[in-house]
Amino acid sequence: MSTRDMVLIALFAAITAAFAVFPPVQIPVVPAPIVVQNIGVMLAGAILGARRGGLALLLFVVLVALGMPLLTGWRGGFGVILGPTGGFVLSWIPAAFVVGAMVEKLWSRLNFWNLLLCNVVGGIVVVYALGIPWLAAVAGLELGQALAGSAVFIPGDVVKAVIASLAALVVKRSYPLIGR
Amino acid sequence: MIEVCGVSHRFGERQVLKDVNLALTERRIGVVGANGSGKSTFARLLNGLLIPDEGRVRVDGIDSRDDVKALRRRVGFVFQNPDNQIVFPVVEEDIAFGLKNAKFPREEIPRRVDAVLERYRLGHLREQATHLLSGGEKQMLALAAVLVMEPRYVVLDEPMTLLDLRNRRLVQEVIRGIEQPIVLVTHEFDHLEELDRVIVFDEGRVIADDTPGAAIRRYVEAMA
Amino acid sequence: MLSLYVPGHSPVHRLPAGVKLLVLAAGSAALFVVPGVAVHAGELLAILVLFHVAGLPWREVLDQLRPALILLVPIFLFHVFATDWVLGLETVLRILVLLFLAVIVTLTTRLSDMIEVLEKAMRPLRLAGINPSKVGMMLSMVIRLIPLMMREAGEILEAQRARGLDRNAIALLVPLLIKALKMADDLSDAMDARGYDPGAVTPFWRGKGTP
Repeated sequence: MSTRDMVLIALFAAITAAFAVFPPVQIPVVPAPIVVQNIGVMLAGAILGARRGGLALLLFVVLVALGMPLLTGWRGGFGVILGPTGGFVLSWIPAAFVVGAMVEKLWSRLNFWNLLLCNVVGGIVVVYALGIPWLAAVAGLELGQALAGSAVFIPGDVVKAVIASLAALVVKRSYPLIGR
Repeated sequence: MIEVCGVSHRFGERQVLKDVNLALTERRIGVVGANGSGKSTFARLLNGLLIPDEGRVRVDGIDSRDDVKALRRRVGFVFQNPDNQIVFPVVEEDIAFGLKNAKFPREEIPRRVDAVLERYRLGHLREQATHLLSGGEKQMLALAAVLVMEPRYVVLDEPMTLLDLRNRRLVQEVIRGIEQPIVLVTHEFDHLEELDRVIVFDEGRVIADDTPGAAIRRYVEAMA
Repeated sequence: MLSLYVPGHSPVHRLPAGVKLLVLAAGSAALFVVPGVAVHAGELLAILVLFHVAGLPWREVLDQLRPALILLVPIFLFHVFATDWVLGLETVLRILVLLFLAVIVTLTTRLSDMIEVLEKAMRPLRLAGINPSKVGMMLSMVIRLIPLMMREAGEILEAQRARGLDRNAIALLVPLLIKALKMADDLSDAMDARGYDPGAVTPFWRGKGTP
């Protein structure tokens, strides 16, 4: 791993943390407030690729677990990781990795639609696949209840996937970091 | 002595340096040129941040192709934007960084950090968070973090461009006090007169290499 | 919010970094395991006493925490309307305890000491080819970069407020990313220029470990 890789990994951990400054957004159609932070997960994967993107989020989660209040709403600490939403936070590590792995595969013919697919699969499907069972287990809910409770966030997450895809495409043009 | 022999370099399609030959022997050397003239690329060759596509760069006989680490220990490099060269969250850690990399004995590091903080009047900021420093303090820290390693030469890439007038004077004062030979890259004229030699770059070539007065005249002609 | 070390000689300052980190990790976990308004209120009181003992600058800390503290009001109100005020109080107290616990640890412990502890704890990872000093370096860099990135993100937030919601998300996000990537290039150049050598570690399955 080069010095530059290390800086990039640290940078996207810091960017994800910085997105905590955005307060949860309430938009009319969606009943639950949208947290902006997980856009950092998609961006890390889509811009850095699997390995570096995954490590960036690993670094971020380690700092959160140590007690740094880096999650939206200034939450942090091992308690959050063990709590009902901990699965979502932990899922960010494989999520960024999956987004990155898919983007790497599609790199030479990347366009908005297949990039959106990467972000939806990695940034939404992976996150829910891990987060929802965790939520159900910790909060003592039926899987269906947990799913229903989380489904309200899906529209917001799709909006974020669109934004992340558009942004990552522009960045790819001026700052390609994956192709070699 | 820093020697640059037959150096050409390109970034993708763009040829940024064309057949540059220079022997840098004077104590204070200025490098000027418009944006994109190749002066920053030239500076980066001098401590091995870039290895030229063609030609050689030698510092006291050490070729950047052979031993880039030894070259970097000899040639300190100060960048334009201090925010982008401060690596650590705390002042003293940032100064110690280069010393640790150079494997200085553990007990000697604090002593050297103390000395350099004292010398550049940063002593009171020792445990300060780097992001809370002012622009001038940041550039002073960047300078101190390079000078603490006592390099044989110091290359400065537009160290004053982003500073206000007051801090510019402060940093200029520090640069004047550097005992080692320096190569100062700049696009301003104010600091050039006191130098020993000024090299003018234009479109990747050296178009003048002379005393400050003559070089500046040539530069102004070329820009006209 | 990511306040850094305030020099001092209080008992809290002198506590070894490893102990404080352990307390932080265990304490933040315990917050969820042992709930209850009275418990949290007690914890908060204890932490505030520690705060006083450590001689930390109240005003400065409160200033830094203000954005977080303001956010606690809607959280409390949400619970008052959606569930009940006791739960709201408990949630707010829990966040306060967590915030102050994190603040007290970060303000009384040199970051370099914390990272040194972590590097020591990660030594066994060398067997897996992970270099703890590189991880420590990256952790330092994240802490260094967070305030810079927060400043950038804060500017986006301001611009968004000024221009209306979300419309310009991309127009604001892309410059931030490009600027940040440019900065990463400069930063890694600066590290190389100062002789940084990331140094690889060989995992045990590939033969001898490097020193």
